[in-house]
Amino acid sequence: MSIVDTLKETAQGLVQGAMSKLVPLAPDSWIPGGVPDPLIRQQHGLIGTSVSRLDGPLKVRGAAPFAAEFPLEGMVYAALAYATIPRGRIAAIDTAAAEAAPGVVLVMTHLNAPRMNTPAVFGSSPTAAGPADLPIMQDDRVHWNGQPIAVVLAETQEHADHAKSLIVATYAAEPSTTSLAAAKAEGPQPGLFMGQPLLNEIGDADAMLAAAPHKVDHVYRTPRHNHNAIEPHAATIAWVGDELIVHDATQLVTAEAQTIADVFDLKAEQVRVTSPFVGGGFGGKCLWDHQILGAAAAKLAGRPVRITLTREGVYRVVGGRTLTEQRVAIGADADGRFKALVHTGIAAMTPHNNMPEPFILGTRGGYAADSFKLSVETVKMNMLANTFMRAPGESVGTFALESAIDELAVELDMDPIALRIRNEPDKDPTSGLPFSSRHIVEAWRSGAARFGWDERSAEPGTRREGEWLIGMGCATGTYPYYRMPGAAARITLRRDGHALVEIAAHEMGMGTSTTTAMVAADRLGLPLDRVSVGYGDSIIPGTILAGGSQQTAAIGAAVIAAHHALVAELLKLAGNDSRLAGLAPDEVGSEDGGLAKLDDPTRRESYVSILERAQRESVVVSEEASQPLELMHWSMHSHSALFCEVRVNAVTGETRVSRFLGAFDCGRILNPKTARSQFRGGIVMGLGMALMEETQFDERNGRIMNPSLAEYHVPVHLDVPEIDVIWTDIADPHTPMGAHGVGEIGITGVAAAVANAIYNATGKRVRDLPITLDKVMI
Amino acid sequence: MSILINGLAVALPDDPRVSLLDLLRQGLHLSGTKKGCNQGACGACTVLVDGERIVSCLALAVQYDGRQVTTIEGLADGDALHPLQQAFIDHDGFQCGYCTPGQICSAIGMAAEAKRGVPSHVSADLTADVTLTREELQERMSGNLCRCGAHNGIIDAIRETLKSEIDTAEMAA
Amino acid sequence: MTPFTYARAEDAADALRLGQASAAAYLGGGTNLVDLIRETVAKPSALIDVTGLSSEIEETEGGGLMIGAAVRNTALAEHLAVRTRYPVLSRAILAGASAQIRNMATVGGNLLQRTRCTYFYDTDGSRCNKRAPGSGCDAIEGFTRGHAILGASSACVATHPSDMCVALAALDAIVHLHGRGGARTLPFTELHRLPGDHPEFDTVLEPGELVTAIELPPMNFAANSTYRKVRDRASYAFALVSIAAALEIEGGVVKDVRIALGGVAHKPWRASKAEAVLRGGPATEQAFRAAAVAEMADAQPLRDNGFKIELTKRTLVAVLGDLSGAAA
Repeated sequence: MSIVDTLKETAQGLVQGAMSKLVPLAPDSWIPGGVPDPLIRQQHGLIGTSVSRLDGPLKVRGAAPFAAEFPLEGMVYAALAYATIPRGRIAAIDTAAAEAAPGVVLVMTHLNAPRMNTPAVFGSSPTAAGPADLPIMQDDRVHWNGQPIAVVLAETQEHADHAKSLIVATYAAEPSTTSLAAAKAEGPQPGLFMGQPLLNEIGDADAMLAAAPHKVDHVYRTPRHNHNAIEPHAATIAWVGDELIVHDATQLVTAEAQTIADVFDLKAEQVRVTSPFVGGGFGGKCLWDHQILGAAAAKLAGRPVRITLTREGVYRVVGGRTLTEQRVAIGADADGRFKALVHTGIAAMTPHNNMPEPFILGTRGGYAADSFKLSVETVKMNMLANTFMRAPGESVGTFALESAIDELAVELDMDPIALRIRNEPDKDPTSGLPFSSRHIVEAWRSGAARFGWDERSAEPGTRREGEWLIGMGCATGTYPYYRMPGAAARITLRRDGHALVEIAAHEMGMGTSTTTAMVAADRLGLPLDRVSVGYGDSIIPGTILAGGSQQTAAIGAAVIAAHHALVAELLKLAGNDSRLAGLAPDEVGSEDGGLAKLDDPTRRESYVSILERAQRESVVVSEEASQPLELMHWSMHSHSALFCEVRVNAVTGETRVSRFLGAFDCGRILNPKTARSQFRGGIVMGLGMALMEETQFDERNGRIMNPSLAEYHVPVHLDVPEIDVIWTDIADPHTPMGAHGVGEIGITGVAAAVANAIYNATGKRVRDLPITLDKVMI
Repeated sequence: MSILINGLAVALPDDPRVSLLDLLRQGLHLSGTKKGCNQGACGACTVLVDGERIVSCLALAVQYDGRQVTTIEGLADGDALHPLQQAFIDHDGFQCGYCTPGQICSAIGMAAEAKRGVPSHVSADLTADVTLTREELQERMSGNLCRCGAHNGIIDAIRETLKSEIDTAEMAA
Repeated sequence: MTPFTYARAEDAADALRLGQASAAAYLGGGTNLVDLIRETVAKPSALIDVTGLSSEIEETEGGGLMIGAAVRNTALAEHLAVRTRYPVLSRAILAGASAQIRNMATVGGNLLQRTRCTYFYDTDGSRCNKRAPGSGCDAIEGFTRGHAILGASSACVATHPSDMCVALAALDAIVHLHGRGGARTLPFTELHRLPGDHPEFDTVLEPGELVTAIELPPMNFAANSTYRKVRDRASYAFALVSIAAALEIEGGVVKDVRIALGGVAHKPWRASKAEAVLRGGPATEQAFRAAAVAEMADAQPLRDNGFKIELTKRTLVAVLGDLSGAAA
C-alpha cells in the first residue's frame, strides 16, 4: 500500500475515532432512527406483502437489456490478451500479425495507449472505485499473471478473438511471491479494513484460554473463490464529443463514473455510467481494468467499443475472494460459558489493494466472552487484486467460528444450540454498544422446532440408510446492518398523480427496483401502479453502492429525506386556500394519494388537487439521506439460525445436502417473495463454498488454472435441496421501514452448518474448505 | 442456405466461425439468448432446434442449415407469455434474469424428452415410463447453472407448468 | 478461432476425400471441437461436417448392435435395445455432460474428445506435451485432481474424459474405421493409447481416418450391467472415478465379468487384471476387494489424486456388490 493510502486511512480513522466517542453518548432522538419510522407501524401498505418482480416480464422474455446488449452505430468488438508471468516487465510485444489480421481496427498496448491517470483505489475516497493502486496499461510492468497486456479492436468478435491469439509477448521476469508459504515467510502485516485496524483485545485471552477447563483450538482454511455471476463482465462504451458513455454491468454507477472521469481528466458530469440490469454481481461487478481499457481503446479508435470478457477473462481481470488461514480457540467453563474467544489469522492480498478479508467481523458481535483476542493479518502475494465477495469476512469467518463452537459442544457434551444461547450477549461484546435489534434466540427456537432438531442424535455416525450416513448440523449466520453516506433520492410528482422515484442504485437480481417501488408507494401514499422507479444511472443524484447489503437501507433513508422535502414543497404550493394551510411539514404525512395532518386526517388535500391549483405539471425534489450515525450509536446486525441435514456416502465420501432451513432475524421483511429468494440464493452459494468451490491458484507462477465454469464448480440443480426459509419479521426500530438488507446474510454460517452436519453424519471433522469427498472418505 | 429462427428465414453467415449464439446476438440482435461461458458449461445459451434443446455457443451456425430454431423471443404469443414464462414470475424462478431464457428454453426441451421416455442419470429403472419427480427435474435441469440461487423457484415453476403431465405420469406409474 | 473452411460430407467416401486436406478435422456435434478451436488448442484449416453420415442404430446378424458414428448421444442412450441389453451404455451416456450437450454430441465425436487437463487448455500460460509436443508438462507437479493414476508417463498425466467410452471399453465394442487404405475394424480398447513419449496422439487413428460406426457384440449378461460415476458435484461434472461393469453369476460363482474404469488413465481403462481375478471365483465382497486391489496394484499417485486409488477400489467393490445382488 502506498504512503498516500496509509495517510488517507489514518485520517479517516481519526475522524471516525472522534465520532465514535461522541455518537454513542448522544440521545437517541439525535440519531437517525432514534424516532421509529412511521412506516414500521403501518399495517395495510405494500410493505410485507409478496409482490412479483416488476421487471419479471422483461426478464422472462429475454428483453431486459444487459450491458453487452446495447447496439451502437459503428461499434467495434474488443478482445484482451493477458500476461503469463506474475511479476516483471514486458520485454517485447509483437502485434504485427494481429494488426494485419482480417477485420482488425487497431491493437492497443502500453506503447500506444492514451495517457491515463491511475484510478483511485476503492476506499481511498467515497467515490473511489479503482480495483488496485496500479496504472492501467501505461508501462511495461506486469503485476499479476493474467494482467491485460493488449486490447484488439475488430469489426466482429471472431476477428478480434483470432487476432488476439496472434500477439506474441516476451517477458523479463522478476522475483515474485506466489506461494502462501513464501508470503508468510516475508512477515504478516496488521490488517486495516475501511481505515480501521482489524484487531480487538479485551482481557488476557491467552491466559484465560490456558486456564479454561474446556477448550478447543484449531486452524481452519478457506480457499480462493470467484463470484461467477453467469453474466460475464461487459461494457458498451462510446465517446460522444467530450463525453463518455459507459453502458456497464456495475454495482457502483456513481463512484465508477467519478473514478473513470479522474482517469481521463474529465469532469464527473462528462462521464455517464448506466447499469439497468446486472446479470449477477455478488461484489464482483465493480470497476476493473476492462471498462477503462475499453474507454481508452474507443478513444484511440474513434469508434464505440463493446468489451465483453470471456469467462477466462473474468478470472484474469476480476478478482475474487482471497484465501484465509484462521485459528479459532475457545476456552469455556463447565457450563459452556466462554472465558476466552480467540479468532486470529491471515488473509492474502496484494501489494496494491486494501482488502484484507475481514473474517473477524462476525466474531466481534457474536458471543459474550470474558476475554477476546481477534485479529486479521495480511500477507502479500503477486496476484490479481482480491476483492469483496458476498459477505466478505463473515462468509469465511463464520465457517471457522461456528465450526469451532460445534467442536466445543462436542467437547462439553452439550447441545450446540444450547451452547450458543448460553453465550448470548446482552450488549455488543466488543464495542459495548446496545443492540438495535437482536432476536437470534427466537430464530433458533422457531427454526429448531420446524426442522425437527430434537430428532438429531448427538452421537456421530449413528444414522444410516444403505450406503448413506445421515447427519444434522447447525450454525449461526451474521452480517452487519450497514448504511453508507451519500445516498440521495429524486422524486418527481406529476399532476396526474404519478410519481417517479430515482435513485443511483442497482438491480442485480435482489429485487431492488420492485422493493423501492413498494417502499416509495407506501411512503408517498400511492398505489404501486402510480410509482415508477429510475435507477442504475450515474446522472441520478447521490451515491449508492450495491454492496454491504446496504442498498435497501440507503434507499429507504434517501426516500425518507426526499419525501420530507416533497411535503415541504407541496405545503408551499398548497398555500392558504388548502385545508393544510398553516401546517408545518412535521405535522403532515402522506396517505391515499395526498397529504394529511398526522393527527387529523380530515385535514387533507390530494397531490392532484395541490398541483392543479398551483398550475404545476410536476414538482421535483432531490434530497440526500441523513448521515448514518446510527451505526455508531447502536450495534446493528442481522442474524440467522441455520439447520442442515446431509447424506454422506460411506463408500465414496460424496456429500449431498438433503435438507436446509434458515431462520432469519433481519428486521421487517419488505417483500417476502424476493427476500426469500435472496436468503435462498445466499444459502446456495454457501453450499457451493462448503462442498465444491475453489479457485485453483498455481503457486508456482500465480496463474489461475480453472478459469471456467466447467472446472470451477458451482452448485447445479441437483445439488440444491428444497430450502426452507422463515423469519422473525421483528422490525428493527432504528432503521428505515424497520428493515435490514438481506443480500449477504444468507451465505454466512452455511459452510459451518454443512461441515457440522458432516461431522454428525460421519464423525469426520473437516477444517479445510471445500469439503470434497477425498476429505470425507472414511 | 438459411436457418428458420422463430419462423423467419435467416441467411447463414459467410464466416463459418460464427456460432449460432453469436449469429443470434450480434447478427440479429436477438439478445435474449445469453452468453455465460461460451464453452458449453453453463447452459445460458440454450435454444431449441427442431424442438430439441442445445447449447448454441458450441453450435456453428453453418451446421444448422434448414433447421428450425426457437429462442426465448419466440415463446410468447404476442403479449401473452408462455405458461412457463408466467410460472417463472409467479415462483420467483430468477433473480438477475441472465440465466432465465436458457432455463426456460431448456425446460421446454426437457419436457419433450421426458414425454418421449428418455431416462436420466437418476432414473432407477431405465425402461419405466418417466415420472418427473423433483429429483428427476433437478437432474434434467442441471445443465443450466444459476448463480443467484433461484433453483427452488425454477423447479417449482417447471413442476407447476408440467403439473398435468406429471400427474398423469404418476397415476400411470 | 483460426479461420477455417467448412464443408458438409454427403457420405463416408465424400468425408474421406474432403478429410485428406492438410489440417482438416471431422466435425460432429461440435461440443468438444468447437470449444478447442475457440481456445486455440485446435487450429484446423478445414472442418468436414460428418453429422450427415449414418445415424442409424441397427441390429447385427450376430445379435449385437451397429451404431452409426453420427448417432447423437441422447438417441443412443434412449434406444430401447441399449436400455434393455446394454444398460451400462445408457447409464454412462446419461451420466455425462448435460442434456443439451448429449443432444448435440455424436458417438464418433465422443470417442475423439480430448482431455480436460487444465494445462492442456491453457494455451498461453502452460507447457503441455499433448498440445505442443516436447514443450514439457506443467500438470505433473500442478493441480492433478482430475489426472491419471494408471498408465501415465513422465510426458503426460492426462485422463480421457468420456463416460460413454468407459462403457464401450467394458462391452468389447468394435470400432469401424475408414481411411486411405480402406475400411478396417479395431477392438475399442485398442483405439485409445497410453501417453508414453507421444501424448499428442490420443488414438491410433491414421491421419484422415474416419470413425464410421461402433459395433456392440452380443453379450447377454450385459443386461446386468451398470455405470457409477463419482464426481465433485451431483451432476454436470467430469468423473473423478467411474466404473462400468457387467457381471454374470451362476451358483455364487462369477461366470463372466467386464469392468472398465474412467477418470484414472489416458484411455478408458479396461480392468483386465480385476476381471481375471474374478472370473471363475466366488462372487463375494472379499473377492471383489481382491480384484480391485489387483487392478490398482500399479497405481501411481500424483500430488492431488492419491485418494483415487482407494476411491476406485471401494467404488468397484460397491458396484460389483450391487450387480451381484441384482444377479442373485
